[in-house]
Amino acid sequence: MNPRLLRGLLPPLSLAALLIAIFWLQPRTMSYFGLNLLLNLAVPIALAAIAQMFILCVNELDLSIGGFVSLVACITATWLHDTPLLGIAALAGLIAAYAALGALIHLRNLPSIVVTLGMSFVWLGLAVLVLPTPGGKAPEYIRALMTLKPPFIPFPIIAAVVIAIVVHIVLMRSAYGAVLRGAGGNPRSLERAGWSILKIKMTMFALAGFFGVLSGMALVGLTTSADANIALRYTLLSIAGVILGGGEFVGGRVSPIGAVIGAVTLALAGSFLSFLRLNPDWQIGAQGAILIIVLALRVLISRSEVRS
Amino acid sequence: MSGTSPIVVLDGVEKSFGAVRALTGVTLELRRGECLGLVGHNGAGKSTLMNVLSGNLSPDAGRITVDGADITGRLTPQNAVAHGVRCVYQELSLCPNLTVAENARISHPSIAGVGWRRAARELISGMLDQIFPGHGISTDHLVGDLSIARRQMVEIARAFAVTRAEAKVVILDEPTSSLDGVAAKKLLAYVRRYVDAGGTCVLISHLLGEIFDTSDRIAVMRDGGVVALDRAKAFDRNSLVAAMGSVAERAPGQARGGAAIRETASIVVQARPRIPETLSLAAHKGEVVGLAGLSGQGQTELLVQVFDHAAGAQVSGEVALVAGDRQTDGIFPLWSIAENISIGSLRRFLKGPFLDHVAARAFAEEWRKRIGIRTPDVGQPILSLSGGNQQKALFARALGSPAEIIVMDDPMRGVDVGTKQEVYGMIRDEAAKGRTFLWYTTEMDELTNCDHVYVFREGGIVADLPRAEMTEERVLHASFRADA
Repeated sequence: MNPRLLRGLLPPLSLAALLIAIFWLQPRTMSYFGLNLLLNLAVPIALAAIAQMFILCVNELDLSIGGFVSLVACITATWLHDTPLLGIAALAGLIAAYAALGALIHLRNLPSIVVTLGMSFVWLGLAVLVLPTPGGKAPEYIRALMTLKPPFIPFPIIAAVVIAIVVHIVLMRSAYGAVLRGAGGNPRSLERAGWSILKIKMTMFALAGFFGVLSGMALVGLTTSADANIALRYTLLSIAGVILGGGEFVGGRVSPIGAVIGAVTLALAGSFLSFLRLNPDWQIGAQGAILIIVLALRVLISRSEVRS
Repeated sequence: MSGTSPIVVLDGVEKSFGAVRALTGVTLELRRGECLGLVGHNGAGKSTLMNVLSGNLSPDAGRITVDGADITGRLTPQNAVAHGVRCVYQELSLCPNLTVAENARISHPSIAGVGWRRAARELISGMLDQIFPGHGISTDHLVGDLSIARRQMVEIARAFAVTRAEAKVVILDEPTSSLDGVAAKKLLAYVRRYVDAGGTCVLISHLLGEIFDTSDRIAVMRDGGVVALDRAKAFDRNSLVAAMGSVAERAPGQARGGAAIRETASIVVQARPRIPETLSLAAHKGEVVGLAGLSGQGQTELLVQVFDHAAGAQVSGEVALVAGDRQTDGIFPLWSIAENISIGSLRRFLKGPFLDHVAARAFAEEWRKRIGIRTPDVGQPILSLSGGNQQKALFARALGSPAEIIVMDDPMRGVDVGTKQEVYGMIRDEAAKGRTFLWYTTEMDELTNCDHVYVFREGGIVADLPRAEMTEERVLHASFRADA
């Protein structure tokens, strides 16, 4: 079998394997209601993974996305609920701040790991200021959207498919998307062709901020209230989701569909482990083990590709 | 048939990098319907000139006119493309993570909107068909999956492709270096068709045959200036090579009789490049052996082979390396000068499992004095030194190590003249004490410090010249293909 095809099939196959294992362990999940419950927390994780993917696509890394999603969740549960205009302005300001971070990282040639690690504390601090104790209330329309019960297909599945397809069209199919990805592959070539790397980096960071905002809003829609620490683990989940979905840390090789599949896989891994009655303390380690297994498979496939 | 009206006029263009004057007042005209061949030895300024023309470097002085419009100081890559100036770079500039069609879109911003993918496919495949019929490249292939030759074809086709932006001037830097003979012929034939239809082409190549067959006029560059410019027919191979060499007699080097060493001293290094047809290299104890030729012809690979004691190289003794690319292969940028020097011989400072930092520092201090590194304190960070002094620290690292064989990978890149002279002296002294040097250099002057010179071309050794027989002319002749 063609190794490239095999590598492309690895993310969906891992997801399918996990789903089958869950259905086997707990046949009741194989229903509309079961799938809804199983997958609804995957939606904000998928959005965060998409945000991370935009950053990885231009050879940077965002260690602040978890703190950022938490802050968005806090703003959504307070300002956006109480004073919608202030809420919208604050969220738009956050997206602009992300674009400015992209500009800073590019212009000063700073390592994005350091900048975003620092920013993660800023976001977290702001989140605590906005919402010192867990609470707040999700705006009705977000709550209504996230608990939608469409006929036949559970909402989280529709949401995941829509997110994957929309981002796929923007990044993988549009003419400007080719330029954005090219900046990850060979920035010098783009500069020589007259494109501004600064603009591209700012665009990608702004897109990441936008999807970070969507992730925080979706999360509050599910949990109905927020907390400053609500999404801290999203940083690692989002990176793992992109990589699990076939993306690479450098070289502009990413896949939106893969990132969504990777995020869903990670979310399901948590449920799978609880069905196994594994102590929750072990869950993060077990998620790591799943990641290592899939990446090891990918390395094996790549090696056979080199040999052939 | 040469055209007459100029499309690009360079008038006294100058460019310096620190103390190095890369362009010293270049005045040159590119004419419509003409192919200009541009030749010169390493560091003659060809690439700098091309980067100025394509807007990647802005000149320090001089005027540039394109199509009658003075665009001095406003020449950005974007602007150059808008004026129809295109480049094919020697180190390819495609995005490996994109498909062939997507790469075409990168340099043709006017391909946009719904159906852009089809437009880009048609553009690039049409151009590939015209230049390289039977190329066998699918426009949906990822560029990273293509062979080097096919990538080069895509890059060339992309440069000649015409959308809303015209391709008025196309600059080709060593375009055939990774193409096979058949594809190269197709390209050169296309260049002639393009030029005959009124286009302008600059062809940079070290294959003189290509230059003669394809160019209308030939410009020869040396030391950052154009030293000869005439119709192609006015040159022959000898006069072209002669023009590339320097007129002024260089100061004779201090190399001792290499022949004497060869007769008495034992062989310590014997190596053969990994290609079928090549001479092999031998270095005797106490000898300074030069590796010459155009840059990137397999010299570094051979040095690495010797350094690794790899198959194909018989090396008796330890080897130390002086890196040429200081930033990537040489210095530890966050360490002090002392640490950078002593890392080459750490074993001698071991006290049980620990390092004796006082002894290491004293050792670095001793080498600072011996080699004249200009710093008050070896505890300072290495980056506090100038480039030349950083290089001295790298020499100290290699010479301070117990290695008997020192390989040097074009170590004098970007080093000032004073430092160079000091280092040459040091190399001679160390050679006199019995150390052996393998010295890859792209500078003709430095070869005069060698006892024996091997000239590299296309990965192999093509000439074996003792010091007495080594002249600049012979090295140049060997560097360029005889059948070319």
